[in-house]
Amino acid sequence: MRCPLSRWEGVKPSRGFPPKRGPPSAMRLQSSLMPGPLCGLEKFMIEIRNLNKSFPDKHVLKNISVDIKEGELFSVIGPSGIGKSTFIKCIIRLLKPESGEIVVDGQDIGRTSDEFKLARVRRSFGYLFQEGALFDSLTVFENVAFGLKYLTDIPKSEYAKIVREKLELVGLKDVNNLKPAELSVGMKKRVSLARSMAVEPKYILYDEPTTGLDPVTTAMVKDLILDMRAKLDITTVVVTHDLNLALEISSRVAMLYGGEFVEVSAPARFRQSENKGVKEFMEISHLSRK
Amino acid sequence: MFGRRPIHLRSYVYFMKHRFTEYVGREFMSLAETMGTVALMLKSVVFWLFRSKFEVREAAKQSVKIGVDSLVVTALTSFFTGMVISLQTGQSSKNLFNEPLYIGTMVAFSMLKELGPVLTSIVVAGRAGAVVTAEIGTMKVTEQIDALYTLGTNPTRYLLVPRYIAFMITLPLLTVFADFIGILGGCIVGVVKLGIPVSVFMEDIYTRIEVADFMHGFIKTFFFAFMIATVSCYKGLNTKGGAEGVGKSTTEAVVTSMVLVMVLDYFISATLVSVGI
Repeated sequence: MRCPLSRWEGVKPSRGFPPKRGPPSAMRLQSSLMPGPLCGLEKFMIEIRNLNKSFPDKHVLKNISVDIKEGELFSVIGPSGIGKSTFIKCIIRLLKPESGEIVVDGQDIGRTSDEFKLARVRRSFGYLFQEGALFDSLTVFENVAFGLKYLTDIPKSEYAKIVREKLELVGLKDVNNLKPAELSVGMKKRVSLARSMAVEPKYILYDEPTTGLDPVTTAMVKDLILDMRAKLDITTVVVTHDLNLALEISSRVAMLYGGEFVEVSAPARFRQSENKGVKEFMEISHLSRK
Repeated sequence: MFGRRPIHLRSYVYFMKHRFTEYVGREFMSLAETMGTVALMLKSVVFWLFRSKFEVREAAKQSVKIGVDSLVVTALTSFFTGMVISLQTGQSSKNLFNEPLYIGTMVAFSMLKELGPVLTSIVVAGRAGAVVTAEIGTMKVTEQIDALYTLGTNPTRYLLVPRYIAFMITLPLLTVFADFIGILGGCIVGVVKLGIPVSVFMEDIYTRIEVADFMHGFIKTFFFAFMIATVSCYKGLNTKGGAEGVGKSTTEAVVTSMVLVMVLDYFISATLVSVGI
């Protein structure tokens, strides 16, 4: 049994401990006022505090703070070039922020340069890149099995079975020996998703999962994201400019505008937002506020 | 009315002085940044070379690729170089002494000490170095390098270390091959065009060329291989701006490697000569 509170993570459950009804009321009151691991009964898996990231000509992320809960599907929307991809690349520390904390499973990787610590934390992530980022020189099979070789102790003899399972999960068959250049954009994204899923990550990050796809493939990718979350209960972060997709699939939607999250709320509340940026974005996306 | 405004000499000098200082400062900062990045990359290569499980398969694959890619061009280059040295030396010798003297010695000396290592390095830089830069550069702009990080693999371990090892193994071997082919070319011209018997040509080599002469060229190739690998990998990893960026990085890598081969050649030769090799 896993304890629902992060502060008791790793503590072996025994009779009467941890308490089944959550923390004492005083603690609950304190935690509801303070953002952090004890907010209510929810367990925050990824905690971001005062994140700042800038490039030579632009301050992209300004003091961003957000908590992502266990099993949540959190979407970040915003116009192109606003810093959405920068945000998720900071979460997995492909980009180093200027300041701020990124706490994943209790480990702050915000500013660390310890490659081994980063590698350990990255192991719990799957990442779907915008263009798939499949390795050109490897076949589909080798691409999907890549993570198994470097991240797990699974014997080589089992790779074939796992790869077949994951490819079937994303609706692909008989593509093992093809090279990425022989695949369509949609297929590349699906193979990339299978590659991320092969190592059974705890978190999965999607960078523009539906960009450049036709409506049929878009619908399929949307179903895939929901399927993955339902079947494997993975904490998911989706970055997209497709507001329709974000509102349909997410538990919470955040709007990134001018380097800040101007709105973070559940889809129903998001639609009613009075924020000027959100309103404009919804109008441009031709979405009704109802 | 519309005449040009006069340029005051003092303001012109002031302007030029500041622009010049700014330009020099910027270039100096850029050079320092490059040196720092290269130093960090080398530190990472050394770290992963000894720290991790060695990617034998990848290193073997890269060695075969670099060797096969460059073999034919190396053979052609050194064969014709050997031939032209033999021809020119023979003709000059005939003009001076009325007969071709020391042709074998000249050909072997030039090939083993200078032309073999330098020409092979230039061919490898142009052929395999370009491929390495383009490959890593493409991986960089298509986020494949980032994908490596997310799959628990350090790019230095998976991409750089095998390529360094491949260059360090392949270039010396190719140089030995080029030396042999060059001498063969020289011998053919000597026999066919200059009328020297094969035995005389070979006798020239055996009596006047020492193992140290071969070692002089052979040692240099390790430095060249290291330098070509460093330049190719650095340029590839620092590629920006899509397909255009890949092209730019590749060109820069080849030009830089070729120039550095020449520059390094002098300094290494001077050092080796001073220690008696």
